[in-house]
Amino acid sequence: MLTAAWRDARLLSALATLLLALSPLAAWSGEAVPTEQDPVHEKRAVKLSEELRCLVCQNQSIAESNAELAVDLRRQIREQIKAGRSDGEIVDFMVQRYGDFVLYRPPWKATTLLLWIGPLLLLAIATAVLLRNLRKRRARADERDLTDEERRRAERLLTGGGEEQP
Amino acid sequence: MNRFLIPLGVFAVLVAFLAVGLTLNPREVPSPFINKPAPAFQLAQLHQPVLMFSQKDMLGQVWLLNIWASWCASCRDEHPLLVELASNRVVPIVGLNYKDKSGDAKAWLARYGDPYTLSVTDANGRTGIDYGVYGVPETFVIDRAGRIRYKQIGPITRQALEGKILPLIRELQKS
Repeated sequence: MLTAAWRDARLLSALATLLLALSPLAAWSGEAVPTEQDPVHEKRAVKLSEELRCLVCQNQSIAESNAELAVDLRRQIREQIKAGRSDGEIVDFMVQRYGDFVLYRPPWKATTLLLWIGPLLLLAIATAVLLRNLRKRRARADERDLTDEERRRAERLLTGGGEEQP
Repeated sequence: MNRFLIPLGVFAVLVAFLAVGLTLNPREVPSPFINKPAPAFQLAQLHQPVLMFSQKDMLGQVWLLNIWASWCASCRDEHPLLVELASNRVVPIVGLNYKDKSGDAKAWLARYGDPYTLSVTDANGRTGIDYGVYGVPETFVIDRAGRIRYKQIGPITRQALEGKILPLIRELQKS
């Protein structure tokens, strides 16, 4: 028993040492280095890089990604802001090089029309189908009268005669 | 009958869309450069850094611009094809050494063979950004007038080389 407890204690201390050894790494990874003095510029740079897709890891924005290309493009955005370019000019710069694909919000054009109105179209179709079905069901509930046999049976049940046992 | 046919039809359409989707490669983003002039650059040559090279120097020729780096694993995959292409003297190949150390790049070429008419150094990746590079290797086919006619994203495969790139080069060289 004692040796087992001793072994556990040793294991725990080894784990603790390992965690301690790794902790500076953990502290490092979270910190973003402020690269811009001007807070307005910084805000614009962050906003722009959130709007642009990183092409290396396609489900992340340039702001989120740590791919080397994303780092370069973030630097590019900051340089251009410093050089006095407008947000529109910077976005155009990116689209010229990487196509509409870099934009998380694709522009309105013939090729993206389905993308934009597709969900609305689906909603409209679903609503139409639902309405049609509801109307049909109501019509079906109304249209059929009871046959004479059914009417007699219903009467028997209602007057307390009960269902006759076969 | 309709009760089964309609969901079945919807299902068939869905399957058709998914099947087409499976065959597409999400990494292949359509390049906005096709039929546009190749972006301008002026960079130092890898082997003779005192000499500059600009895309204008190639006007009048059909040529390939191959973006490569010694740290890029799939560059090694396509490299034998480039060496073969160069030995056939079909087309001049210019290498754009992307975000690399010159020493590493030269050692890499010495080891695996140098198919390039010349290589230029894009140490900070700025020219790469101008060419919309996002995955090394990439290869551009550029025509006599200096327009980009085709972009290969990722390594050149034999299939791409023989199916698309070589026929295009021959056609461009004729005109």
